[in-house]
Amino acid sequence: MNWETVIGLEIHAQLATKSKIFSGASTAYGAEPNRQACPVDLGLPGVLPVLNGEVVRMAVKFGLAVGARIAPRSVFARKNYFYPDLPKGYQISQYELPLVEGGHLDIDLEDGTTKRVGITRAHLEEDAGKSLHEDFHGMTGIDLNRAGTPLVEIVSEPDMRSPREAVAYMKKLHTLVRYLGICDGNMQEGSFRCDANVSVRPEGQAEFGTRAEIKNLNSFRFVERALEYEVERQIDLIESGGEVVQETRLYDVERGETRSMRTKEEANDYRYFPDPDLLPLVVEPAFVEEVRATLPELPDEKRDRFIERYGLPAYDASVLTTTREMADFYEATVKAAGGAAKRAANWVMGDFLGALNKDGLDLQDSPVGSEALGTLVARIEDETVSGRSAKEVFEAMWAGEGDPDAIIEAKGLKQVTDTGAIEAVVDQVIAENPQQLEQYRGGKTKLLGFFVGQVMKLSGGKANPQQVNALLKKKLDG
Amino acid sequence: MAERSTDTIHEKTVAESSKALRAGEISSRELTEACLRRIERLDPKLNSLITITAERALAAADAADDRLRGGDAGPMTGVPIVHKDIFCADGVRTTCGSRMLDPFVAPYSATVVERLEAAGAVMLGKANMDEFAMGSSNETSHFGPVRNPWDPETVPGGSSGGSAAAVAARLAPAATGTDTGGSIRQPAALSGVCGLKPTYGRVSRWGMIAFASSLDQAGPFARTAEDLALMLGAMAGFDPKDSTSVDREVPDYTEGLGGTLRGVRVGVPAEFFGKGLESGVRGLVESALAELEGLGAELVEISLPNMELALPAYYVIAPAEASSNLARYDGVRFGHRCSDPKSLEDLYKRSRAEGFGDEVKRRILVGTYALSAGYYDAYYLKAQKVRRLIADDFTRALEKVDLIAGPTSPTVAFGLGERADDPVQMYLSDIYTLAVNLAGLPALSVPCGFLGGRPAGLQLIGGYFDEARLLNAAHNYQQVTDWHRRAPEGFE
Amino acid sequence: MALGRDEVLAIAHLARIGIDDESVEGYARDLSEILSFVEQMNAVDTDGVEPMAHPLDAVQRLRSDGVTESDRREHYQKVAPAVEAGLYLVPRVVE
Repeated sequence: MNWETVIGLEIHAQLATKSKIFSGASTAYGAEPNRQACPVDLGLPGVLPVLNGEVVRMAVKFGLAVGARIAPRSVFARKNYFYPDLPKGYQISQYELPLVEGGHLDIDLEDGTTKRVGITRAHLEEDAGKSLHEDFHGMTGIDLNRAGTPLVEIVSEPDMRSPREAVAYMKKLHTLVRYLGICDGNMQEGSFRCDANVSVRPEGQAEFGTRAEIKNLNSFRFVERALEYEVERQIDLIESGGEVVQETRLYDVERGETRSMRTKEEANDYRYFPDPDLLPLVVEPAFVEEVRATLPELPDEKRDRFIERYGLPAYDASVLTTTREMADFYEATVKAAGGAAKRAANWVMGDFLGALNKDGLDLQDSPVGSEALGTLVARIEDETVSGRSAKEVFEAMWAGEGDPDAIIEAKGLKQVTDTGAIEAVVDQVIAENPQQLEQYRGGKTKLLGFFVGQVMKLSGGKANPQQVNALLKKKLDG
Repeated sequence: MAERSTDTIHEKTVAESSKALRAGEISSRELTEACLRRIERLDPKLNSLITITAERALAAADAADDRLRGGDAGPMTGVPIVHKDIFCADGVRTTCGSRMLDPFVAPYSATVVERLEAAGAVMLGKANMDEFAMGSSNETSHFGPVRNPWDPETVPGGSSGGSAAAVAARLAPAATGTDTGGSIRQPAALSGVCGLKPTYGRVSRWGMIAFASSLDQAGPFARTAEDLALMLGAMAGFDPKDSTSVDREVPDYTEGLGGTLRGVRVGVPAEFFGKGLESGVRGLVESALAELEGLGAELVEISLPNMELALPAYYVIAPAEASSNLARYDGVRFGHRCSDPKSLEDLYKRSRAEGFGDEVKRRILVGTYALSAGYYDAYYLKAQKVRRLIADDFTRALEKVDLIAGPTSPTVAFGLGERADDPVQMYLSDIYTLAVNLAGLPALSVPCGFLGGRPAGLQLIGGYFDEARLLNAAHNYQQVTDWHRRAPEGFE
Repeated sequence: MALGRDEVLAIAHLARIGIDDESVEGYARDLSEILSFVEQMNAVDTDGVEPMAHPLDAVQRLRSDGVTESDRREHYQKVAPAVEAGLYLVPRVVE
């Protein structure tokens, strides 16, 4: 039997605010335990939450970017359960009335088509703290620095049909939230986390199979592996006569498998009810329009514009728009290169990204800026340097030896384009190789390459190859 | 002469103390020391205070005296008060009447505490109360019951029983309390003092330990309406730390006092005089209504048809919110922790079983049930709909009248232990007060006589933010009555 | 609504309140009495009535995004029953 995979994702993105969603404590990552946990975060007796306006602005920005409806009135509820990283014994989260409803995201599939994935809702909530399981005399340590960090939980429709599609969706969302500047996307630090709902059904069947929820997938690679494993597990299970149980499973990175999180499946009863400490969140249309006006050019729009305006292939345009910073860098490079868009793209995606990767650097830490790289591209364009010499110039730039013009000068890499000078060399080479000249003229025209090589060698690589070619041909054939 | 003045110093109301302080006739230190001596001597009979903050009080009194000398004094500067032990005061043990918080020294202060401190009021100590404000008799306190100064064999009412008893016994001229279903007004009535529950949102809830967040409101106790006005003026105001605090100017509540009641329409709801109302109390309340009429008010019969449903709706909503508000007491970050927990579940279950008393547990269980899957609609949602009907009843009534009047509680103080084993019987004590919390309206209780030596209270209910009108009506009433001038025997 | 023993224990578990065996019956009786009493609400028809979550007909106020709290860990942990290395300790949590 052929099986169809059905995947829906719940993505938690930490919003990049300075302070927490309901308190004035810092959200900065990496502080010592509990140094960023104030009375509100600790759930001390008598404390009260007050909503951070920036959180609302960011969530609205997200909603607009995915074409969703911004609810004019949304409500914060309490999700009640006991856990040591949840100080109040409840999590404040939007439940029945979320802020963002009904959007979508288009993902590019490998066959070159695009697919629209529905976004059911995106709601605001507070993050929990962390349990540290290092041994404190057999105890667990609780750090509440993360408690109260704002999260937007983005729930997709069960629209994805393979682990690859799921990863494509997740990557696209990751790109989007960073474009919008609402999340730093740092997956190692847990700023962008994913839970996946997976089920399988016989191809052609309308109703969904029983799903399993896989928790806390914190890298693209793990998402793909965990989903592949889980799909396989469910198919094997059903084909061997078993049944999929609705449960929460955890991906075990070391073993590369998912396993059930609870031995005793306890039905959770979260007893949601509207949080009486908070009033309904009302978002006025004027506010929505104000936020809309601040929306940056989105990844898809930017990619299309790159194709249109710079004449780039779709692949190049996609790579160059992966992050806003990369796209900005590229555009600045093109400008400095006097508009040589395709050559600039080759250089950014080739030597430049290669060097960054090799040194493990982020774009903002690059020793070569867009202005310098663009200048180098311009020098190739105006034939000051040959493409081959340019690589040498770039290496020197990367090593911090100065701007391209200074390096070209210092290393004497300037192309010789003076016809008289080239002609002199050409004449010399012809004069010094009478035998080859005879053979050439006897029909062995392949020897042209030999003459070009000799001229280039004698000119120290600086002679313009096109000119050399033309002159040689003229003289040899003459 | 000086000696005589300290002997009677405790008799002064807030307004009288304030006047004497500013005239330099007495110092805050004298006043504070007199109150502390009185507490030491008399409170063992009452158990109205859980913690006495003598040292801090004297320091605050000296600071107040400096302000008074410097001419930088407001009406509350130098006036001693007690705080219900539900308000966090930085560095002071704050128990909420519970074993759960017996070891809890608050690391920050409630806005109410800060505002009164800023106004120069002197905190003498923290008043006893029903555990987590759940009770109508002050018998659920982990620190033992409070006795009613008028009759030590009876309860002072609750949950702010300690605050009411302390003011009745003249241990302090004023106190703070909180009112979720009647917890200021009912003990005020049973203890023979004045108590005001302001409009929901008028006074900040920051630092006030939550019972039922959509109902809780802080307010003052004192012997006169004028004193309530002074206290409320210091307590009220917008607080950015409380999302439910209302950003609205605080009037000078003393300004309108003494204005005539002529033409003021006072609604008398038939539902407040039905079965369940003790006939003696009915008589006293009717006399009080006649006094109001004598002062020029016009009595209008009104109806609040859904009043009967207030009690059931309240006993769903309040426990539901409480079950969630009290989940934070888990033995992890503060408060009682069981010894040697074997597992996380053991830590939770034993810490909470040991830390909470019976009534608190009962309400947490009821609230948990009301919110649980399958019952939410039948209980919680239903109660919220009934709440709307009740609020609408008041809105309609207050279109026709300026104030609503009736009894505060159906009976006078009952005996200690008399209702302790019957939760529902106990709940009936708040039958006339809790509808007001459901609607979020302001209301006060003013002493209106005695029945067998036990005080009764007249309840006045106003429209939203109409505290000034309520206070004026009570003030007028107190100008023609002297119930509030009487002192319990042994506490003169 | 009369609550049985198992129901009381299930609710108590949800609320994480330990109840010893001999008190279960008492709680069952009290809770049943309270519940049947609150069921008086059913006497009124509330079809179409909008639930009232809050006495104020107001909307949520927004705070500006600024860090206003400083590190006072030692102060806040003075009231904690068990801390080590700045962490609150609980019995081992197994996942």
